[in-house]
Amino acid sequence: KCQRRLYTNNNAVPHVAIIGSGPAGFYTAQQLLKGHSSIKVDIYEKLPVPFGLVRFGVAPDHPEVKNVINTFTQTAENERCSFMGNITIGKDITVADLQKAYTAVVLSYGADADRTLGIPGEDLPNVISARALVGWYNGLPHDKNLNVDLSCKTAVILGHGNVALDVARILLTPISILAKTDISQHSLDVLSKSNIKKVYVVGRRGPLQVAFTIKELREMIHLPECKTIIHKDDVAHLQPLIEKLPRPRRRLTDLLYKTGCTPSEKDLKLWASAKRQWELQFLKSPTKIVPTDDKKIKSVSFTKNTLQGDDIVNQKAISTEHTEEIECGLVLRSIGYKSVPIDNTIPFDAKRGIIPNENGRVTGVSGLYCSGWVGLGPVGVILSTMTDGFNTGKLILKDIESGLIRHVPKSGKEKILPVLNEKGVKVVNFMDWKQIDKTETQKGETVGKPREKITSIEEMIHATKT
Amino acid sequence: FSSSIPKQKKETVSVHFTDSEGNQYSANAKVGDNLLDVIIENDIEIDGFGACEGTLACSTCHLIFKQADYDKLPETPTDEELDMLDLAYGLTDTSRLGCQVIVTKDMEGLQVSVPAGVSDARGPS
Ligand SMILES: Cc1cc2nc3c(=O)[nH]c(=O)nc-3n(C[C@H](O)[C@H](O)[C@H](O)COP(=O)(O)OP(=O)(O)OC[C@H]3O[C@@H](n4cnc5c(N)ncnc54)[C@H](O)[C@@H]3O)c2cc1C
Ligand code: FES
Repeated sequence: KCQRRLYTNNNAVPHVAIIGSGPAGFYTAQQLLKGHSSIKVDIYEKLPVPFGLVRFGVAPDHPEVKNVINTFTQTAENERCSFMGNITIGKDITVADLQKAYTAVVLSYGADADRTLGIPGEDLPNVISARALVGWYNGLPHDKNLNVDLSCKTAVILGHGNVALDVARILLTPISILAKTDISQHSLDVLSKSNIKKVYVVGRRGPLQVAFTIKELREMIHLPECKTIIHKDDVAHLQPLIEKLPRPRRRLTDLLYKTGCTPSEKDLKLWASAKRQWELQFLKSPTKIVPTDDKKIKSVSFTKNTLQGDDIVNQKAISTEHTEEIECGLVLRSIGYKSVPIDNTIPFDAKRGIIPNENGRVTGVSGLYCSGWVGLGPVGVILSTMTDGFNTGKLILKDIESGLIRHVPKSGKEKILPVLNEKGVKVVNFMDWKQIDKTETQKGETVGKPREKITSIEEMIHATKT
Repeated sequence: FSSSIPKQKKETVSVHFTDSEGNQYSANAKVGDNLLDVIIENDIEIDGFGACEGTLACSTCHLIFKQADYDKLPETPTDEELDMLDLAYGLTDTSRLGCQVIVTKDMEGLQVSVPAGVSDARGPS
C-alpha cells in the first residue's frame, strides 16, 4: 500500500499557479521550468497584457531596461507554461480555488496602491500620486483619464526615490525626445503644451539618505536644456565624509557634492543655456498644501527638519520650529508604493503593506508562496526582484521534493478555465498578446515610435481578434 | 567561388568562467566581442545573466577579475558602467560589467568569476 502511494506521488506532475506577470512572476516561472522537467506553470494576470511594471512603470525613455521582456517571452513560450491575461484573482477566481487546483500558488501581484501623506489639502485637484502619473504616461488603462494640469510654471515632487526622479525627468525632457518613445499619446499631447519650467524635488532627510540611485541622478544632471540646482550649503559639509562611505553611497554622495560645489565645465555650459531647471531640496516635511481662493494649489508648507542618530547614513528626520513655503501649481506625491490584499483569505500585513512571509513561504499557509514587491515591499530594481523570483522558484522545488507540500495529482488550469468560461471571462493567452503587440508596434511605426500602446481594455481585447 | 584575398578567420582566445557554485566553463572568445557575447555564444547558462542585453541598464553581467588581470584591461570603466556596478551584489574593487569588457588577444587563459548572483536579496534562507 505504502509503495503504491509513493509511486503515484512521484509520477504526479506538479502544477504551479503564479498570480501576476511582472518580473517576479516571470522569474519565478523561469526558475520552476528550468529546475523541473515536467512541472507546469500557469501565469494569471489581471490585465490583458503581460509584464507588469516593465510595461507600466519603467519610464518610456528607458527602453533598454525593457529588454528583459525578451527573456519573459521565451518563458511564456515554453510549452509547459501558460500565460492567461484578463483574469483578476480575488474577483474572477479566488486564491482558494487556485489552491484546490494547484500543487503550489505564488502571489506575485506587486504593489499597485500608493501611500498618502495625510496632510490638509492633499485632495485638491492637481495633487497627484506619482504612481498615477506614471500609469498615465505609460498608458495604464486605469490612469488614462487622469486630470493633469501642466499650465502652471512650477511643480513640487515630494520624495527622494527613483520614481521621483523618473517623474521629474518626464516633466523636464524636451518633447522632441519623448515623442520618439512609447509614451502614451494622451500624455504626450498634454506634455507638449506644458508650461512647467521648474521642478522642486523635496525630501524629508538629507543628502546622505537619498533613496535614488546614481544612474538616475547623473541622467538628471545631464538632461538636455535643463539646469540642476543643488545648494552649496546643503552639500559642502559632506566633503570630509565622502572617503569613508561604502562605495555606492560614496559615489552618489560625491556626485551630489561636486554638482553643488564644483560643477564641471560641461555642466556649466549646459546650465548656461537651459530653458528649464530642477532643484533638490533636503530636510523638509510637507505639512499642508495651501489652496488659492478658487481651490487651486497655491503652495506647499513645510517644516524644516534636523537629523538625529549615530549612523550618519541612517539618521532620522526630526522636525524643528522653522517653516517654509514653496509656491507651485502641481504637487506630485512620490513617497512609495504599497500592496493591497486581493483576497480576504490570504494573510496580509496592512501596516507594512506586504504579505507576511519567511523567505517566500507565506506565513502559516502551506503551499502558498510569494515573490517580488508583494512580499519584499516596493523597493529595489528588477535585479532584486529577479533574485527573489529565482529564490522562490528554488524554494518551491525544494519543498515539492522534500514532501513539505503534498504532492498529489492536480489538474491546474483545466480545472479553472471552465469556471472562467462559465462566468464569461475572456481569457487572453500569449498568442493573443502577440497580436496586441503587433497591432501596437504597427501603430507606433506610423508615428515614429517603437510602439503606440493601446490604453483601453476593450480595445486590447478587440485587437486579439484581428 | 572565393574572393582573391582569403578571409581572415577571426582570432579567438580561451576564457574561463567560474560560477558561485564552483562550476567551471571554458569558452572560445572572439577577439573584439564583449564577455557577455562570449557567454551567450558559448551557451553558458547563468540564471539571469545579461538581462538588459548589453545596454548598460542592469548589472546582471557582473564579473569579478583577479587584480592583475583587472589592471591589465585596456579600458577603464566609464562613469556609467560604475553607476550600474554600484547596484550589483557582492561588488568588489575588481568588478566589471561583462558587456563592457572587450576581448583582446592577450586575454588567452583569462579566468573570471561570476559572483553569486544575488542570493542575499532577502538575507540567508
Ligand atoms: C515607476 C517605476 C519605475 C521603475 N523603473 C525601473 C527601472 O528603470 N529599472 C529597474 O530595474 N526597475 C525599475 N522599477 C522597479 C521594477 O519595476 C520592480 O522591481 C518590479 O516590476 C517588481 O516586480 P513585481 O513582479 O513584484 O511587480 P509588478 O511588476 O507590479 O507585477 C505585478 C503584476 O501583477 C498583476 N496583478 C495585480 N493584481 C492582480 C490580481 N488581483 N490578479 C492577477 N494579477 C494581478 C499586475 O497587473 C502586474 O502585472 C521601477 C518601478 C516603478 C514603480
Ligand atoms: S547586460 Fe545589462 S549591464 Fe551588461
